[in-house]
Amino acid sequence: MLTLNHFLVLGAILFCIGLYGAISKRNAIAVLMGIEIMLNAVNITMVGFSFFDQVRPYSTHLTGQIFAIFIITVAAAEAAVALAMIIAIYRKRDTVDVGEIDMMKW
Amino acid sequence: MDLATLIFWIFAVILVGAALAVVGLRNIVHSALALVVVFAMAAGIYVLLNAEFIAIVQILIYAGAVTILILFALMLTRIGGQARTNPTNRLWGIAVVICALVGATIVYAAAYSPRAVANVGNGAGQLPPGINNVVAIGQLLYSPTTYSYVLPFEVASLVLLVAIVGAIVIGRED
Repeated sequence: MLTLNHFLVLGAILFCIGLYGAISKRNAIAVLMGIEIMLNAVNITMVGFSFFDQVRPYSTHLTGQIFAIFIITVAAAEAAVALAMIIAIYRKRDTVDVGEIDMMKW
Repeated sequence: MDLATLIFWIFAVILVGAALAVVGLRNIVHSALALVVVFAMAAGIYVLLNAEFIAIVQILIYAGAVTILILFALMLTRIGGQARTNPTNRLWGIAVVICALVGATIVYAAAYSPRAVANVGNGAGQLPPGINNVVAIGQLLYSPTTYSYVLPFEVASLVLLVAIVGAIVIGRED
């Protein structure tokens, strides 16, 4: 029997793996991949709440799934902007190592 | 163990394994390809949760668009002459500890919190008969007369427009 906790724990594990990728990688694109995994983990949690929710107005209005759609939208916009920035920085500095990108340091 | 639980475990194990491959593999192109598996398995989890529309959107946007975008960015920012194109920084041990603590906190909060939501039942009866998931989401996103998310939807399209224009301006050669 599936319960809500299955999906919450799956989302938590996935979030932690994404967090590890986001804070321990040196390649900026790998950091972005970690962030995408974290957003997916949150989406799984949202859709899980939408499926198991007993509170009437929320479950009939599919609130969790609507939230997931908006998260996907913003994630796509974020990926486009972040990759454009990474490519612009690569053209300027010839590196995608986040440890070497220190243009805002004086 | 019923069929849904079995399918959940198959999807979950492949999902976590592919996510570990994304953060663990040495070659970043292999990481990007493992990311496709992560997105596809997440779509399977959504189907299991009666969210067919989100599953299709996940395949189209994540497994289709975002992965292609990442692969193009990898192609344009090639690090030449390096066997390990996906290195970790010096603080990866601390990162492991932080992530384990965050995960333990989330699981503790979900399992033992006095404010945890009721862990029973499912949403099988949440939609009126004759209305499937896609119809319900379409009515919620577009209908201007009843309870709907028309305004957030328009704001989201504005966000997408601004982001795409910004991406073109930032990424343009000058």
